[in-house]
Amino acid sequence: MSTGTTKLDVVVSDVVPVNELVTRFHFRRRDGQLLPTFSGGAHVVVEMRDGERTRLNPYSLMGSPLDTREYTISVRRDDAGRGGSLFMHRHVRRGHEMVISYPVNLFSLDLRARKHLMLAGGIGITPFMAQTAQLAADGGNFELHYTCRTASLGTYADLLRQRYERRVRLYHDDRDERIELDRLLSSQPLGTHLYVCGPSGMIGWVCDRAAALGWPAETVHFEHFAAPQPGAPFDVTLAVSGKTIRVGEQQSLLEAIEAAGVDPPYLCRGGVCGQCETNVIAHDGNFIHNDHWLSEEEHRSCKKIMPCVSRFEGRSLVLER
Amino acid sequence: MAAKSIISRPVYGTLSPQPGKHHLFVADAEGALAITDLAAKAPDGFFADAHIIFIPGNEGQHVAALEALKPAQLYQGPTFASALPRLKQTLANAHMGLRLYLAGTEGLIGQAMQAALEAGIDHTSIQTEHRGSLARRVQCVHCKGITENVTTQPATCSHCGLLLLVRDHYSRRLAAFQGVCINAEDRSEIPPTEEIFR
Repeated sequence: MSTGTTKLDVVVSDVVPVNELVTRFHFRRRDGQLLPTFSGGAHVVVEMRDGERTRLNPYSLMGSPLDTREYTISVRRDDAGRGGSLFMHRHVRRGHEMVISYPVNLFSLDLRARKHLMLAGGIGITPFMAQTAQLAADGGNFELHYTCRTASLGTYADLLRQRYERRVRLYHDDRDERIELDRLLSSQPLGTHLYVCGPSGMIGWVCDRAAALGWPAETVHFEHFAAPQPGAPFDVTLAVSGKTIRVGEQQSLLEAIEAAGVDPPYLCRGGVCGQCETNVIAHDGNFIHNDHWLSEEEHRSCKKIMPCVSRFEGRSLVLER
Repeated sequence: MAAKSIISRPVYGTLSPQPGKHHLFVADAEGALAITDLAAKAPDGFFADAHIIFIPGNEGQHVAALEALKPAQLYQGPTFASALPRLKQTLANAHMGLRLYLAGTEGLIGQAMQAALEAGIDHTSIQTEHRGSLARRVQCVHCKGITENVTTQPATCSHCGLLLLVRDHYSRRLAAFQGVCINAEDRSEIPPTEEIFR
């Protein structure tokens, strides 16, 4: 199933500045009904009509899954990014009518776990807002470790401390506070699952240490929202739809395909879920695979591409779309 | 290794050293050989953090081979039942970083895995290797009694006496194969008994 075809008509019910970088957006259904149920860790893809261009960015739902009257997301402004977060900050106001996807969860809690150990970095806190709310309501056993640059950029840190007290531990970079990761991981009771969301360096560090310390891969969960990397423009022929398109410097291949009126499936738009996987029919050039979905062997085979994050450099590329 | 037939029928692998802080082995009889084979591939000092729970069985073989690995702890028990409290206690006190390796008969692997699942370990993260007898632990689906060391097809339920077809249908929760009455329509019909799970 593609979330490209199941969408929700919403209205922005509130816009709340949280700190110098982060703004929170609240959405309600235009028809006044309840929004679909979701579970902690789910995201929605927000459609932004930016002039001629449609931007589609995934954001974690951060409200409690127990309250589906509204969805809330928090957007960190990225001045050097491709413009989606800037559009949200500059143009989206209360009362705006928007379209968002149904929620999709690629970072769900494993409810068989005896304990949930959560590690968040920066804006990576958002999925944990919903997950902690979900677990707290069920008396679930969790512990959250949250690193942020400064106290003022510790988005929702005060709220989390107030809600969950000592189950939340804060670390501030400007005070040289660092998670004692090896000690933390080695002191967890059997049956603990680990969840990490934050910058890719942090995810890599945590996953590597967990593996080295004997955490089975099934117990380690991470969420990686990689924005598509820019690159040199290139041309693509879409064999099924018979179109030839140009992928711009700041545009992803998926976005270019969508702009050409083709509606491919997608879920994460970050190279992890596998929904947009596309067969390569012919190519003359090199692939720049930025995804975490295909195996290294598949990358080398040049027979598949993940158009949400991957690019191409060369003379010609024909895809089965 | 047993051939895969239906989805619930367990499939076993070959023990290999995993990264981890502690290593817990549970084995019976020839399962000890799976541990010594693993030792040949293990890095130096691997057994310094290892705890072996071993049920040698009647012949009492392989104990010396396990002692030679110099594990931090080596426990020998006469039966799995006698070793179970120790296994449960070890799991209850364990932290993430403990790796579990099970080797030997299906009954041993299944029951040790049952204890591990109760302690919160996911079955996919447990290393298993089948060695020795193919004897099965069978639950009679009629009286729910469990018969150990079933080697024949059909087999007689040691609780209610029904003649059971031993199926490949396996319950991880019970650590047992399912036995279903083979002559429910006509109890006077007695198919020949063959020894097939030796």
